[in-house]
Amino acid sequence: MSLKQTPLYQMHQKYGGKIIDFGGWALPVQFAGIIKEHHMVRQKAGLFDVSHMGEISIKGIRALEFTRYLVTNDVKTLQDRQIIYALMCYPDGGVVDDLLVYKFSNEKIFLVVNAANLDKDFAWIKEHAFSDVEVENLSDRYAQLAVQGPEAERILQKISDTDLSSIKFFWFNPEVKIAGVECIVSRTGYTGEDGFEIYVSPDKASYLWEEILEAGGEDIAPIGLGARDTLRFEAKLPLYGQELDKDITPLEAGLGFFVKLQDDDFIGKEALVKQKQANPGRVLVEFEMVGKGIPRSHYEVEKDGANIGWVTTGAHAPTMNRAIGLALIKREFNLPGEEIDIIIRNKAVKARIAKGIFYNKNTKSK
Amino acid sequence: MNIPKDLLYTSEHEWIRVDGDQVYLGITDYAQHHLGDIVFVELPELDTEVVTGDSIAVVESVKAVSSIYSPVSGTVMENNEELEDSPELLNEDPYTNHIAVINMSNPDELEDLMSPADYEAFCAEQE
Repeated sequence: MSLKQTPLYQMHQKYGGKIIDFGGWALPVQFAGIIKEHHMVRQKAGLFDVSHMGEISIKGIRALEFTRYLVTNDVKTLQDRQIIYALMCYPDGGVVDDLLVYKFSNEKIFLVVNAANLDKDFAWIKEHAFSDVEVENLSDRYAQLAVQGPEAERILQKISDTDLSSIKFFWFNPEVKIAGVECIVSRTGYTGEDGFEIYVSPDKASYLWEEILEAGGEDIAPIGLGARDTLRFEAKLPLYGQELDKDITPLEAGLGFFVKLQDDDFIGKEALVKQKQANPGRVLVEFEMVGKGIPRSHYEVEKDGANIGWVTTGAHAPTMNRAIGLALIKREFNLPGEEIDIIIRNKAVKARIAKGIFYNKNTKSK
Repeated sequence: MNIPKDLLYTSEHEWIRVDGDQVYLGITDYAQHHLGDIVFVELPELDTEVVTGDSIAVVESVKAVSSIYSPVSGTVMENNEELEDSPELLNEDPYTNHIAVINMSNPDELEDLMSPADYEAFCAEQE
């Protein structure tokens, strides 16, 4: 099967990206090296191609009402041009996908979903759509670039007439021009740093990529999927397929803040209300390695020789320069300071349950 | 791609330097380049008896976990503990930073290894 290419494929080649198969997409895992790129985003700024992400529009008089029925968070509190993070659940509370909801107006909503889940999500949304809403997959109409890092705003401002400081955290402006190109720009991201995500016509994507790199000069670099993963992990941002899945509920994953169980009905609400009352049997915990080794996704977790769960994501965290992880374990073992074992190549390696050891996000959320 | 002329090579992208009955073992420039940033090395235990093809060490990069297989049979005489604190040395200079030293029990096994020219051709095929 040939891989799908984003509109920025030529740019990845031009800038020396190492191309891999990412869920059917040919995308760069790294340019200068994952750790170097990671530090670049934490210290200055990085440019990402995230065009593989899916965009789905929901339109009609009841667009907002239907979106509320579709996701866990209360989208009815949104003002125009505001964004909210939410989960889309199955009736049993397992997760179809996690997504961003962009509210253009009561009649026009934009969902940004994971690339690997796009077809499944679109089918799910169509299947449950109210008869008077129109659901459309717009993914081919947009390329998406992310500019992330403490220098992101300064760099983008150089080539934009819109006052970017007016776009607050989790808000967007659909009428921004960057380097003369019309874009939708939101103050969002997946790195734990300040920054923007930019939706643009595919035929303008490469031009915009080059303009942003030129505006940033030494203070920006192209960043691959490898660093995208280490950055999101350090900031404890969940990844579908690891922290979230069809068999893991948002409450188990520690995302209860994004699940509003009062008032309105939504798919999965009944199961989640029950689970909240009973307390979920499993919980996502932070841990740090005590013994030598790097925890990896799906490694088993044991206590006194008995399985209590598994690692959802683990890594050598470049910013903290040590091995840490997230694990989904049985609730009764969630005691910060407790020692657990991570099974690495059939050997039990000591780790310790912890709290607050992940990266403190530098987003403009306050 | 740097392939020193005074070493032998395996199809697992390891290099071997022969010194009497002992061999020094490490990973090649090709290996470190393809693994990317190396963040952890699990060293073999001293005095371990190994047979050709045994997994004796593990090199982990940010994205990948890769086993190191013994190119000869023998006994692990030394491991390079410096790599425990500085695994990135394998990226920076893969040929001066060995992983282990093995005392060979059957030096004839060296005949199965690749010459620099053979290894260069092998790498070209892999690309």
